[in-house]
Amino acid sequence: MLQITEGSLAVADAVGKCRPQVIAAYPITPQTHIVEALAEMVANCTIDAEYITVESEFSALSACLGASAAGSRVYSATTSQGLALMFEVCFNCAGMRLPVVMTIANRALGAPLSIWNDQQDSISLRDSGWLQFYAEDNQEATDLHYLAYRVSEDHSVLLPSFVCFDGFILSHTYEPVDILSQEEVDRYLPRFRPFQRLDADDPISFGLFAAPDYYMEFRYEIDQAAKKALSVFPKAGREFAELFGRDYSGLVESYRMEDADCALVAMGSLCGTVKDAIDDLRDAGRKVGLLKIRTFRPFPAEEVKKALSGVSRVAVLDKNISLGSKGAVALEVKDALYGSQIPVHDYIIGLGGRDVQKKDIARVVTLAEEGKGDLYYGLREEVLK
Amino acid sequence: MRELRIHGRGGQGSVTAAELIAVAAFEGGMHAQAFPAFGVERRGAPVQAFVRFDNKKIRLRSQIYEPDYIIVQDSTLIKDVNVFFGMKEGGIAIVNTEKAIDSPVPKGVKVITIDATSIALQKIGLPITNTALMGAFAAASGEIAFAALEDAVKRRFRGDLATKNIAAAKAAFDAVKGAA
Repeated sequence: MLQITEGSLAVADAVGKCRPQVIAAYPITPQTHIVEALAEMVANCTIDAEYITVESEFSALSACLGASAAGSRVYSATTSQGLALMFEVCFNCAGMRLPVVMTIANRALGAPLSIWNDQQDSISLRDSGWLQFYAEDNQEATDLHYLAYRVSEDHSVLLPSFVCFDGFILSHTYEPVDILSQEEVDRYLPRFRPFQRLDADDPISFGLFAAPDYYMEFRYEIDQAAKKALSVFPKAGREFAELFGRDYSGLVESYRMEDADCALVAMGSLCGTVKDAIDDLRDAGRKVGLLKIRTFRPFPAEEVKKALSGVSRVAVLDKNISLGSKGAVALEVKDALYGSQIPVHDYIIGLGGRDVQKKDIARVVTLAEEGKGDLYYGLREEVLK
Repeated sequence: MRELRIHGRGGQGSVTAAELIAVAAFEGGMHAQAFPAFGVERRGAPVQAFVRFDNKKIRLRSQIYEPDYIIVQDSTLIKDVNVFFGMKEGGIAIVNTEKAIDSPVPKGVKVITIDATSIALQKIGLPITNTALMGAFAAASGEIAFAALEDAVKRRFRGDLATKNIAAAKAAFDAVKGAA
């Protein structure tokens, strides 16, 4: 049923309906409303889960790791410095092939301290083995949780997932969201069926020790599993579309890309503003389109290459910066297009919550057409002196 | 698409006002989006919240720079903040004050003053003005019907508190309608 609600509350509702058995999280802005709502659901017995209160994010994800290894469907949520504190446990979850699902309310990393949005936090965990899905609006943010459990728990994948939605810009926005009923979610997401689990009567061990003669093989298998998600995610998206009509089967999504001369590439809530900007530019006769990246990990290089094959130039909007190199999305796009003659321009934009308006998108398109790229968009003049 | 920017001070309920207005607009069959401009909020510091209205899905996520409407919860903000920034001709500004506005107003912007603080003190017993200003906004803009506003307030507040807030909204709604 279509309801108007806050993004965080819509996400908490969706998570509750995924029937997690163990939730462990530590509150941090702008993720707090999600875990507050879930703690309330547990306290009121509206969901049948164990809520473990912990003293840090490191402990939160450690508790999830243990509970997942013991055979439970688990959930956590965090952002920014909280995710940074989970770094070690993130690699362990992926290495032990535990299908943990965690919401990231994307936020900048300090120092300097910033509570505002960019995507540096989840992007910085790109090499951890976690799958990463990015939401454009709160409908997609809620729905991606259902898909994330399906994909993570698929026995051919067995890797944890981040569902990323932009902090404040989505987490604190009220907008209409179609809220699924418990029966509807149950039809899509079956009860958790662990591939293997800790069992005192039938002991196994997780994640112990690999000497040089075996470590590489483990890494290879994790990498293969992540790539397997390139086919499992579209299937999960198609099945969701069959039941509820909303189609997330694309690892990428094209908007007005037919006959586009300049393609913008973006992830997350920025895509909404970009679509409105594109409509204005199209009205003015400019041939511009958007390629939205839904799954950053695994990276859909083939789909990106195919979608961008006909354009004259590409402008990537990166809400992150791999310091000393480039924006992380641009690096991937350049890799996908390697060997083609299509220029790829990178624009670092909207870091630390700097607002991005339609006119900024129009300006980026003009810069790309002039061949001016690989820059921080909208910097204060004084730092360039 | 129409856009509303609410100027208030931390603690005055600007964010709640934005949410309630969006809920009321949605209940009235429109698409609506409400969000705050998060800063380093302290009680009394200037804050902003935003609402968009449209008859189709709203995709735009930037803050609001050219509002059709503004609500100013505290007229002392006018000397600190350029509350009228970006207002279009034909725009409507609803200002909580018991006096006339003595600062310059952009050409073509209609200013509606309402003593929402007195209404809130009288009807709710607290100087919390957001529901009174919602009533004034409903009357001045026509974006939300009073019945939808009532629904939104009832969803947020229970029992006596809902009744008092609806009374405050109604008093402001009638005052603006009466003046028009």
